[in-house]
Amino acid sequence: MASSRPVLEFRNVHTHYGPVHILKDVSLSIYEGQIVCLLGGNASGKTTTLKTVLGMVVPTAGEVLIEGEVVNGWRTAQIVARGVSMVPENRRLFKRMTVRENLEIGAYLRKDDTSADYERILDMFPRLKERLGQRAGTLSGGEQQMVAVGRALMARPRVLLMDEPSMGLAPVLVAQNFDIIRQINEAGTTVFVVEQNANMALSIADYGYVLQTGKIVLADTAPNLLANPEMRQAYLGEVG
Amino acid sequence: MTGFDLRRSLRWGSIAGAVMVFTCAVGLFEAFEDRLLVYPFLSLGHVLLLWFLPLAGYQATNEPVLEGMEAPSKGLHNVVAGLVAGLAGGIVMGVFTVVVDALDVRDVFVRLSVRLVDLLTHGWGVPGGLVLIVAVPALLGMAGGMLHLVSASARRRLILALEWALVVALLEQVFSQVLRQIRLGAVGDIIFTRRALEWWAALAVAALVALLSERARGGVGRIRGYLFAADAARRTRNSIWSALAVLAFLIVLPQLLGSLLSELLANVGLFLLMGLGLNIVVGLAGMLDLGYVAFFAVGAYTVGVLTSPISPRFDLEWSWWAALPVAILMSVVAGVLVGTPVIRMRGDYLAIVTLGFGEIVRILFLSDWLAPTFGGAQGVRNVPGIPVGVAEIRGSQPVGVLYFAFGLVLVAAWVSWALQESRLGRAWTAIREDETVAAAMGINVVRAKLNAFIVGAILAGLGGALFAAKVGSIFPSSFELLVSIIVLVVVIVGGMGNIPGVAVGAVLLIGVLGGPTQPGLLAEFAEFKLLIYGALLVFMMLRKPEGLLPSVRRSRELRGEELSQDAWLDRPSGDVEVDARLAGG
Ligand SMILES: Nc1ncnc2c1ncn2[C@@H]1O[C@H](COP(=O)(O)OP(=O)(O)O)[C@@H](O)[C@H]1O
Ligand SMILES: [Mg+2]
Repeated sequence: MASSRPVLEFRNVHTHYGPVHILKDVSLSIYEGQIVCLLGGNASGKTTTLKTVLGMVVPTAGEVLIEGEVVNGWRTAQIVARGVSMVPENRRLFKRMTVRENLEIGAYLRKDDTSADYERILDMFPRLKERLGQRAGTLSGGEQQMVAVGRALMARPRVLLMDEPSMGLAPVLVAQNFDIIRQINEAGTTVFVVEQNANMALSIADYGYVLQTGKIVLADTAPNLLANPEMRQAYLGEVG
Repeated sequence: MTGFDLRRSLRWGSIAGAVMVFTCAVGLFEAFEDRLLVYPFLSLGHVLLLWFLPLAGYQATNEPVLEGMEAPSKGLHNVVAGLVAGLAGGIVMGVFTVVVDALDVRDVFVRLSVRLVDLLTHGWGVPGGLVLIVAVPALLGMAGGMLHLVSASARRRLILALEWALVVALLEQVFSQVLRQIRLGAVGDIIFTRRALEWWAALAVAALVALLSERARGGVGRIRGYLFAADAARRTRNSIWSALAVLAFLIVLPQLLGSLLSELLANVGLFLLMGLGLNIVVGLAGMLDLGYVAFFAVGAYTVGVLTSPISPRFDLEWSWWAALPVAILMSVVAGVLVGTPVIRMRGDYLAIVTLGFGEIVRILFLSDWLAPTFGGAQGVRNVPGIPVGVAEIRGSQPVGVLYFAFGLVLVAAWVSWALQESRLGRAWTAIREDETVAAAMGINVVRAKLNAFIVGAILAGLGGALFAAKVGSIFPSSFELLVSIIVLVVVIVGGMGNIPGVAVGAVLLIGVLGGPTQPGLLAEFAEFKLLIYGALLVFMMLRKPEGLLPSVRRSRELRGEELSQDAWLDRPSGDVEVDARLAGG
């Protein structure tokens, strides 16, 4: 699976909000075709990591690389055009726009024909077919998640960033959601998923990183992390 | 008695009382007491004072019909509740009259005078006239309650008929003018006496409306069906035809209206032009720009300074057409200058800062510093009209101005529409909904917002250029904050983000009520214009935030789809289970 060069890479990245140090010397590598998860508790800097990928937060030190090219200081639009798109935390649909309009906005930067992707997404989420004209804000949580994923896929990304996809969803929907992530990955998209739900995320991931107050404290393959006693105690809800 | 709720009746009655007291206290009643609507007995003052009572009487027992529940019964209790509500309102009013009569509060409330008491009591003085003050509201409240006893369709017809009789009486000026223009002036002389509709004519209008209302409803439905046909090709063809029909109507209209009404409509056109621009900034891109008048001023002053023979600094005497591109260019520059610093702000900050910019621009034009160029408080005078072929379009010939304004509005409406449907338009809506996520989708938020600002500025500048040629002289006082606010109200009342909505808002507010300095159809309301604007704005925000004319495309898409979407478990059996439980329970 490992090709020589990662599609997405952090090299000793530091970020600050004002004077406050958030990411501290974060290094990670995501290879083509992988599902990589970043695990961490509340306020550990997971969202900040994704924002840094998209150029919405600029590193104060270190480098972010996309396919070997340093993208520090690029505008978000440029990074999206390079094939990165995101499913934001809490889905954040454009609530008063219709489902169809939400999906179309996902392909904002694309100049080629998007109808094939549109069909593919509707095949993946047949439930959305009858809801295309409905305002996104009136959808149920599960449906909103489908639209958010579909919207990101409309950009035909090479790397899909997902910010806590299981947040606020019923357990049955969470399982479904991770199924979908696996499907998307099997269709050739690299996935970088950020989660608090370590069990779920590791069950589909190839590789995992653990973030604690802005520092990477553990990095290993998913099976190893699942077996790691330290990990089991701290994140997998096992009383040691 | 079933269904009679005393507290509810009293609540509605006291609201009605408050409405009456307010109407008296601000002077609305007194000001319009002698403006007859229906000759010889009903004046505008009476209508303004009493209109709420039947409504209160009706509301006192208005229960919604709920599916699966027993329909609320109709009967005596409706009438009693209406009567009680009316009585309560009347008593509030009676107490008010006694207080005004006994105490002299004129130092604080200038309108609460002896004359007011006289008018309210019909000259019968305080003890005697009180009977009237309590009885009339009580009867009106009862009439409102009785509305429950007739069928819904009869009720609708009755209300529509009343409304139309009042509207015809109120818009006497329009009707008699149009009748004169089509050589039926004699008819107007017969049905109108002293600007009021004869009582028998009012009855005739009401009867006609009542008879035709059902048919008219069908007609509206058909027009809707025609315009928004499901089949896309048909829809395009139909909308081309209807556009042609609107165009033909716009060409004929000024001929029917005569110069006075054309003047009013030209003002509507002017504000519509600005409304379309502000609609892009506020309605589509979601930036609450309160300094919009700045661009209007820039357009007007640029044209004035370049074309006037007595321009303070220049001696160019360009034609309006030569000055126009410069005016647009200056508007763009102003748009960039104001836009760049404020665009990164959000919501309330943006509103406050643009408000400041609007005032700064006005004060700059007023300042001694720029007086050598812009004439300070004297402004720029003798701005020539717009040469079109051999003719010249200027304020003294409102029909010409009207045609020209229509032309500009059509161009602006087309541009707005094209932008709204474009990629940029979608970016604006996305930014309005969620700026951060829009950026994450790859939208260049700063550039898109700046573009919105610039397009808005251009349309306002165009309005300013037209304004300069129309009024012939421009002063800083024409560019008060009030202009920004009124354009904003036009956009909000009509329906933000919706072009026909803005048109409706402009006709209703600027045409009927009047603009900041422009008189409207109801010129007699001039003194109360801002009060009505404010009341309307509050009402709209509370009750119809989507505007009078929410986008039809949206309502077609939404119809029926939002109601059936509650079962959300994405299991094939999910819906079935829920249904079974509901059926069992
Ligand atoms: N825009 C911001 N300005 C200042 N501090 C922020 C901002 N966004 C996040 N933070 C802080 O950065 C830390 C990490 O936040 P975040 O990356 O959102 O955490 P997570 O997604 O892991 O819950 C938190 O302490 C949070 O308060
Ligand atoms: Mg987060």
